[in-house]
Amino acid sequence: MRHVDEYRDAAKARSLAASIAALCEPGRRYTFMEVCGGHTHTIYKHGIEDYLPEAVSLVHGPGCPVCVIPMGRVDDAIDIASRPDVIMTTFGDMMRVPGGRGSFLDAKAAGADIRMVYSPLDALGIAERNPSRRVVFMGIGFETTAPSTAMTVLRAASAGVANFSVFCNHVTILPAIKAILDSPDLRLDGFIGPGHVSAVIGCRPYGFITRDYGKPLVVAGFEPLDILQSIHMLLTQLAEGRCEVENQYGRVVPWDGNAKALQAINRTMEPRPYFEWRGLGFISHSALRMKDASFDAERLFDIPGSRVADPRSCQCGEVLKGVLKPYECKVFGTACTPETPIGTCMVSSEGACAAYYNFGRFTRERVKEATR
Amino acid sequence: MCLAIPGEIVEVAPDRPLATVDIGGVRRAVDTGLLDGPPLAAGDWVLIHVGFALSRIDEDEARATLALLEGLGDAYDDEIDAFRESRIG
Repeated sequence: MRHVDEYRDAAKARSLAASIAALCEPGRRYTFMEVCGGHTHTIYKHGIEDYLPEAVSLVHGPGCPVCVIPMGRVDDAIDIASRPDVIMTTFGDMMRVPGGRGSFLDAKAAGADIRMVYSPLDALGIAERNPSRRVVFMGIGFETTAPSTAMTVLRAASAGVANFSVFCNHVTILPAIKAILDSPDLRLDGFIGPGHVSAVIGCRPYGFITRDYGKPLVVAGFEPLDILQSIHMLLTQLAEGRCEVENQYGRVVPWDGNAKALQAINRTMEPRPYFEWRGLGFISHSALRMKDASFDAERLFDIPGSRVADPRSCQCGEVLKGVLKPYECKVFGTACTPETPIGTCMVSSEGACAAYYNFGRFTRERVKEATR
Repeated sequence: MCLAIPGEIVEVAPDRPLATVDIGGVRRAVDTGLLDGPPLAAGDWVLIHVGFALSRIDEDEARATLALLEGLGDAYDDEIDAFRESRIG
């Protein structure tokens, strides 16, 4: 386990933390956003913030796909799932996400045939074994997941499976980052870029963030030392007056991404003119839809196109934009917990609220003590 | 669903883009159609996301990632449970 020690070594973490502190200009504050839910998880689990000097703070971005699904899309999915000839298939994370009229779990209890799958290929398998039913796969996820849905659709097409379709909610990361950069209430000094999304899209597409917005971005791995090193790389850029896209996670992320995965997406999906994100509102060209109508559940089932306002008590929007820390939300840990989530950020284990709830209680209490 | 988990290839299908991988003792088929480059062989490590091999990784990276994921607790256990139920191929 030589490598594990290398990524976890507390002495190395302390020495990195010391160089991070040394890079901070006296009197200046630095705010970096980690875009990816996986990073949020690592940061809370390993207490990365405790290693950072006070001048550096981390805010949590919209990089959890479950968290950004608006309630209306859940209602539309349940509308499809409730038809007697339909088998709805979905990843486990989606089961408890609340729509305006309950979750998949509630709909299943009420008799809808909703099945959890590990992979869209499992959903295709269900379609092949149930030729008299219409099998719909609830496609969610960023560019990490979209290629798998795309490849599954290509496989369905070549195998001539006619009873399989996708309710496509795949979202794309770049327009979300742009929306955050355009948001007037947020000041950021740079981004910790998502590791596995970048394994697909590569590093090149982030160029507009450095070029047009003057913010550096470092694509990061998921080990605690990866995150610390990425913060170090961001601060080094700022100290040297550079603003570039850098790749800390080169051992997994090729600079140009995965051509086959991008090709599969482009063959089967196209950008939507606009898509609603939970808490962030409508963002143009921020999601994908199926190119081929015969695989598009949205067109096959003529969905109602529900729109549901988020519950007033829920501040997921502010949490997703990094304006609020999870514990600053009015219902965090009281009315909203992983067992009884009001907002999506509490549902998925990658959500900032769930990560904070599970790993951050001690810190939260300490913050409360300190501010009392 | 967000997790990408390293798996070791134990067998490669001769005629289809499929491979059997071992993740923490659980063996299932995954799709290898997203990978470019030289053919995969038993003993290679890949990063697996929702039933597809997303990229090749070296063994050190794989072991480090596995150790990190195992430390996640429920999220990792749920993913392995879902993987166990998978019927790809």
